[in-house]
Amino acid sequence: MTNELQFRDPALARSLAATLARLVDEIGRPVAVMHVCGSHEQAIARFGLRSLFPKALDVIMGPGCPVCVTDVPEVDEGVVLARQGVRIVTFGDMLRVPGTVQSLADAQASGANIEVIYSPRQAIEIARETDEEVVLFATGFETTAVATAAVILDNPPKNFSVLSAHKYIPPVMEIVAEMPGSRVEGFLAAGHAAAITGSAVFEPFVERHQVPVVVAGFEPMDILAGLVELLELIRNKTPRVANMFPRCVSAEGNIPAQKQLWRVFKPVGGKWRGIAHVPNGNLRLRDEFAHVDARKRFTIDLPSLWDYAPPALAGQCICGDIMAGIRNPRDCRLFNRECVPENPVGACMVSNEGTCKIWHLYGGVPDLEATA
Amino acid sequence: MTAVLTATSGRVTLKQGGGGRAMRALIEKLFVRDFATMPLHNPDFSVGVGAMDDGAAIRIGDEWLVITTDSHVIHPIFFPGGDIGRLSICGTVNDLAMMGATTVLGLTCSVILEEGFALDSLEAIQSSMIAACREAGAPVVTGDTKVMGKRELDGIVINTCGIGLTRTLVRDNGLSLGDRIIVTGSIAEHGLAVMAKRHEIGIEGDLVSDVAPLNDLVASVLSGAPGAVTAMKDPTRGGVSSALHEMASKSGVGILIDERVIPVTAAVRAVGELLGIDPLHVANEGKALIGVRADAADRVLEILRAHSLGRNAAVIGTCVAERPGGVILNTGFGKRLLAEPEGEPLPRIC
Amino acid sequence: MCLGVPGRVISIHDYTAVVDFWGVRKDVRLDIVDEPVVPGDYILNHVGFAIRRIAPESVAETLELYEMLLRENAGGEDDLMALDVRGEIAGAS
Repeated sequence: MTNELQFRDPALARSLAATLARLVDEIGRPVAVMHVCGSHEQAIARFGLRSLFPKALDVIMGPGCPVCVTDVPEVDEGVVLARQGVRIVTFGDMLRVPGTVQSLADAQASGANIEVIYSPRQAIEIARETDEEVVLFATGFETTAVATAAVILDNPPKNFSVLSAHKYIPPVMEIVAEMPGSRVEGFLAAGHAAAITGSAVFEPFVERHQVPVVVAGFEPMDILAGLVELLELIRNKTPRVANMFPRCVSAEGNIPAQKQLWRVFKPVGGKWRGIAHVPNGNLRLRDEFAHVDARKRFTIDLPSLWDYAPPALAGQCICGDIMAGIRNPRDCRLFNRECVPENPVGACMVSNEGTCKIWHLYGGVPDLEATA
Repeated sequence: MTAVLTATSGRVTLKQGGGGRAMRALIEKLFVRDFATMPLHNPDFSVGVGAMDDGAAIRIGDEWLVITTDSHVIHPIFFPGGDIGRLSICGTVNDLAMMGATTVLGLTCSVILEEGFALDSLEAIQSSMIAACREAGAPVVTGDTKVMGKRELDGIVINTCGIGLTRTLVRDNGLSLGDRIIVTGSIAEHGLAVMAKRHEIGIEGDLVSDVAPLNDLVASVLSGAPGAVTAMKDPTRGGVSSALHEMASKSGVGILIDERVIPVTAAVRAVGELLGIDPLHVANEGKALIGVRADAADRVLEILRAHSLGRNAAVIGTCVAERPGGVILNTGFGKRLLAEPEGEPLPRIC
Repeated sequence: MCLGVPGRVISIHDYTAVVDFWGVRKDVRLDIVDEPVVPGDYILNHVGFAIRRIAPESVAETLELYEMLLRENAGGEDDLMALDVRGEIAGAS
């Protein structure tokens, strides 16, 4: 079969790592690049790849985790709906993300009806089996939003609606690129999101900011090869878009999926947790889909939740700077003290792709050493 | 205790039962602290609740009486490879076996039922308990049944308690530098088989729980390689990662394991990739982690592989001085610290 | 950010395909896949939806791409290693 394990060959990985080291030497100064994809960080951590990176190469994790950037009021909307007696179905990743007062897991513990699903299709199946109102609390980037769009277009049952917290990646790259003090000289773009949007979506970005963007996959060799290509482009001072994940990404992307995505959703500005207001960064349902829009179907009484005081610690959380690649978890006073996965203060400690969670799990310093 | 409770807005959450760090924190702070200060009958020769081992042990003459108790709740009640009945017998038999008590003197069986529970389901559960008892050579010697009102509990809860005698008490804290770590077979089968059913994920394949009594397997090791075993633990909730962390931290050693030699079936690997779940974090119900003296590792492996429940046994690691209390994973690309799961793993999308 | 796994299509009924992922099978929806899919094809699955048909030759193409990277950047002392690796790739395919 198409054996992804071919992309897990340690010998070839070491060869690529040696190439990486040589490129950094040729550039002759420390280089910082950013990946905008939590799955990249996860693969880097899971396979211990950071230990293969040259010391002078800083691979920064950007705002690439949809769970982490889901904003507090968005979580609150889900919590309030659940407390109002609506049945909420959502992805496992979202359960522990803190809202102002409660996470969905906390709401579940106090009796709210919340179910974890793997696919938006399951939400439809659950709705078909009950008369209760079922709301899909839909999170994720465009990759996941196209699946939500597909179930919305497939004649869902009347008691089904969607609370969209979907995000769209390309606009946030602009924000990060323009952040003052940014040392980032190149971007590794998320392979699976690019499977939808296509690699050409990054052309205007490269044009504007004169930094290279490389689309890369998620196996160890994909990541290393992506970095090699990125460093080549930096060394040669030839900023352009390079697609190093052609088995899953084309220049134009998945056009049928894009059509469904934009038929159902419209991009609107909104806050990403810890980052900023991102123009066109949020995906909301278009007006003709008001009948499946939970925000239109229900009165979501947020102030009822805000009668509680927000947790005082949240103010000290530096998730935003961490996601922007300006600081790292060790700079945070809460990291590994008040803020641990069992009791997260910020979203970066919740998601498996959150920098803080990864640093916490993998011992503060994610990687020990390369295997000889 | 207050820290745990305030952390979760005053209510117990599901992750505190997930077998990970959240559960350990709850138990340590709420139960163990006070129970552990109660005077023991024979303190110099006892393993009490403070040890947080698989069970307790009390010295009687030149033998140890091992006692353990376990409550079983599982959703769904019937899953590929077993049901709550088989689980409740095997779980307790295995806890005894992990302490060296491989001959079970007796089990208790206490069943709490929800009003309306189907009788034929109950009969099926009971007959699978009997079958598991026969397999383990473990008699149920007393029991109790209660029925609660509709919605006062979810279907059925089974508590079993077990007692056994042993001359060779095995603890989970006895690892020394250089000891090898053996796993008795391929990992994560129980947890993923149950999860695939529970979340209606619709995965079909050879995904079957490994739930089985391990006392005979353990007995063959203890008698066939006397003095070889230094520590033992069954990697149930929280998986191999959680169990290794506990063994490492109680023994004051680091454990270096090699991901490439850990036995994992193709189906488990596939489902792990699909759902984004690390098999090292997933529950087993028919596997043991055995710490053995380095010079005895080959002999123990040979004994295990000769047994039907140990055919895929493998040496997966070594106890090292580096990172005491931690587990280091060699991925083939590099080494990193292995994460300890904080609760039950959930299928994820990212 | 988005968990994606490749699998091989075994059969198709309407918009649902039975897909084999390293030996386990799962239903995957074809509502949003980019190209027509037939049994035997590979797809990339995300949350139970196929988001891309993976052309059979593309895996070899990717490996070729990586090999080229190594070739272009090969320095003196690592040539042997790169050669070794290329040998392994040839052997594996």
